[in-house]
Amino acid sequence: MTAHSNYRELFEAASHGANRDFLPKLKIAAIEQFEAVGFPTTRDEDWHFTSVSPIAERTFRPVKPATLTVTAEDVARFTYGQADWHLLVFVNGRYEPTLSRFAELDVDAQVMTFSEALKEAPELLAERLGTLAPSQHAFTALNTAFMADGVVIRMPAGVVLDTPIHILYLADAHATGASQHPRTLIVAERQSQCTLVETFAALGGGAYFTNHVAEVVVGTGARVDHYKVQRESGDAFHVGTTQATQDRDSIYHSFSFATGAQLSRTNVYSRLLGENCEVRLNGLYALEEAQHGDHQTFVEHIAPSCSSREVYKGILDGTSHGVFNGKVFVHPEAQKTDGKQTNKALLLSDGSRVDTKPQLEIFADDVKCTHGATVGRLDDMALFYLKSRGIGGDRAKALLTYAFAAEVLELIELEPLKVALEALLFERFIPPEA
Amino acid sequence: MSSSIESLVNKEYQYGFVTDVESDAIPRGLTEETVRLISAKKREPQWLLDWRLKAFKRWQAMTEPRWPNVKYTAIDYQAQTYYSAPRSVKPLQSLDEVDPELLKTYEKLGISLNEQKRLSGVAVDAIFDSVSVGTTMKEELKKHGVIFCSFGEAVLEHPELVQKYLGSVVPYSDNFFAALNSAVFSDGSFVYIPKGVKCPLELSTYFRINAADTGQFERTLIVADEGASVSYLEGCTAPKRSTNQLHAAVVEIVALDHATVKYSTVQNWYAGDKDGVGGIYNFVTKRGKAFTHSKISWTQVETGSAITWKYPSVILQGDHSTGEFYSVAVVNNHQQADTGTKMIHVGKHTKSTIISKGISAGHGQNSYRGQVKVLPKATGARNYTQCDSMLIGNQCGAHTFPYIEVANNSATLEHEASTSKIGEDQIFYCKARGLNAEHAISLIVAGFCKEVFKELPMEFALEAQQLLGISLEGSVG
Repeated sequence: MTAHSNYRELFEAASHGANRDFLPKLKIAAIEQFEAVGFPTTRDEDWHFTSVSPIAERTFRPVKPATLTVTAEDVARFTYGQADWHLLVFVNGRYEPTLSRFAELDVDAQVMTFSEALKEAPELLAERLGTLAPSQHAFTALNTAFMADGVVIRMPAGVVLDTPIHILYLADAHATGASQHPRTLIVAERQSQCTLVETFAALGGGAYFTNHVAEVVVGTGARVDHYKVQRESGDAFHVGTTQATQDRDSIYHSFSFATGAQLSRTNVYSRLLGENCEVRLNGLYALEEAQHGDHQTFVEHIAPSCSSREVYKGILDGTSHGVFNGKVFVHPEAQKTDGKQTNKALLLSDGSRVDTKPQLEIFADDVKCTHGATVGRLDDMALFYLKSRGIGGDRAKALLTYAFAAEVLELIELEPLKVALEALLFERFIPPEA
Repeated sequence: MSSSIESLVNKEYQYGFVTDVESDAIPRGLTEETVRLISAKKREPQWLLDWRLKAFKRWQAMTEPRWPNVKYTAIDYQAQTYYSAPRSVKPLQSLDEVDPELLKTYEKLGISLNEQKRLSGVAVDAIFDSVSVGTTMKEELKKHGVIFCSFGEAVLEHPELVQKYLGSVVPYSDNFFAALNSAVFSDGSFVYIPKGVKCPLELSTYFRINAADTGQFERTLIVADEGASVSYLEGCTAPKRSTNQLHAAVVEIVALDHATVKYSTVQNWYAGDKDGVGGIYNFVTKRGKAFTHSKISWTQVETGSAITWKYPSVILQGDHSTGEFYSVAVVNNHQQADTGTKMIHVGKHTKSTIISKGISAGHGQNSYRGQVKVLPKATGARNYTQCDSMLIGNQCGAHTFPYIEVANNSATLEHEASTSKIGEDQIFYCKARGLNAEHAISLIVAGFCKEVFKELPMEFALEAQQLLGISLEGSVG
């Protein structure tokens, strides 16, 4: 029996509530969809450079509930020193109220866990859940079928939430061999604003599987800043899909930071439905040893006069393998589109490898679209310059590597997060001087 | 502006005519018998027949690729005729013996053999359907030891060379259309430049598809021995037809150590009418293998064919070898093109340059698909890629699918792509200087393509600019 059909059994074994409700219906449709498409193979164009067979060969069961061993100190390691941010902590895919810290919201926004949302805003879930993320993608279908917990945020019209919301997904030793399928739904109604940070981290090692899906509705004139920090365990598997849709005059900024997992795939998609939208998809990944990290972005310009900006950078060491596929699609009606995409990869070692595919598909004539990609190692001239100033070879390399990465971190507008990630990279690339 | 742009594109295909020459065609359909029949008709040695049969067996087991970004009605391979030769195929001593009908065809195409021979110093191996009819300047080439003849002739007269290099760059099993070509290829050109010889003439072949429904399966093999250099020109025009014609050619180039091969193409086959009816299906496999310190350069101007599916590639096998690809691809009306290149860096310090310019007008769909691959041992590999697209009108599309695969950290790769339209301010500027809209577009497009045109030999560059003008006529108004 293949792992693929095992998921049906797991699905049948779980309880999904009454069949007439929208959620079980959605889940049943999703498991059927998953069965129909199966796990992607490298024969699928979108998965050409990434083999998911390490995931497909096993069956990751949902984590069994266990006694909570995670402490507040453990959590503090991943909160970027920000005690005033709203914090929702999930351990092995389950919400932990004792670890979460939720100050009274001074504005009229709703931040709910999945089960709360089912009680408090079922109509919102029924209307939006599963309508954005493409269920023809196997992993999204799998998430929908197995999603047990997650976060639902509703920003009513005109509400501006200044304090960022931080969702922390922690995996501990109990997660080994198991899977978690967290789900995020953000509905930002007209003229509202919010900032969301999602962090995936591990306490200790373990080969577990995180399959996350986020759906983001950015209403007319609304703004959502969405940060994702992926620091899973080095043995873990991570697949994450973020799908945003944008109405006119809206702004969606996404930043993806990835250093974890032995095999990871991050999809960030945005559909520009209304005129004059702005979307920024930026990211940085740093891989080492035998890690495999794949990033896919897709900006779909459906309405005219929108602008999209993308900067992705990768640093590859050891025998790691980086993949980037950035697609910009411009529909015939989307005149006056202004699209720009940059993708740079730095190869630090002999064994590292990168495959990049920046794609443009354009059906409108009055557009300005460019993309650029570079692959290379550190600049010999720059190294020489530093050496001539008395900085040793290794340190010069470290400085230049850090500088390469820091350039893209500069694009992070959330200051404390930027500082924290910079510190993280500094520690990683620049060894303390003897 | 759009109305002024849109009215520029609709000129009738000016080379649309059918020459009335009796064709010696074999029955439609493709079986092992067909392959044997073609081989027998060409009095080929056993090894070549065996090779064809192997290719045919392989082809039968393959499926037609569906990944190119083009749409077309399925091809019925059993409804094609796989061999067609003009009746008058007795060996010819001079041009006087050539069928006057044929000569007239060439004249209409503007390449009178006599003229060419006398004035331009270009040796022309004109291919009329599938058999070479007139070959000029052979004596001149012979003096230098250069072999330039039809493929069939080469098989009979230089079997050792053909046997050594045939399939060495594009194996018969390479892809669906290469396998088909290997099984049924009718004729083509063969070039061999001996060690250290710089070919004194630019070699040129005019391809022409004639008899209706005849798939033309050309096979070209160019071998430049150590230190040799050659420039080869290929130009194409085909008569107007209402049914689609299949063309699946294979071009193989071998550049041995320190050799240089430059291959230029102007492709202007019938693209179908303005509603997308008819036109040539152009599914071509072109590839070169570059050994140490050698250089292979592809330049192409693609304005014709209903569907183009073509990736002239270079395998940079030897250290310090160089590969270049310069391309202008124009699609108008309902034309579709999926074209680009592959640069496979195998040797150390190998270099490649890719400049691709795509122009889409009418309902045309233009895709650039390119691969730059740096293998783990290719230390110091270098690539620069630039692909620009221009859109005229909002019914067309421009697509870019670059694949950059790097497995060596000393490699340096740069890729840039842009898509834009002709600015109204640019047209206005030209108009203010007294040019009409049509001239303005022509000028701007020529400027857009300049980097590629300057790589073409002089006479080709002129023809290419003219073709571009014709192809885009009516797209501007």
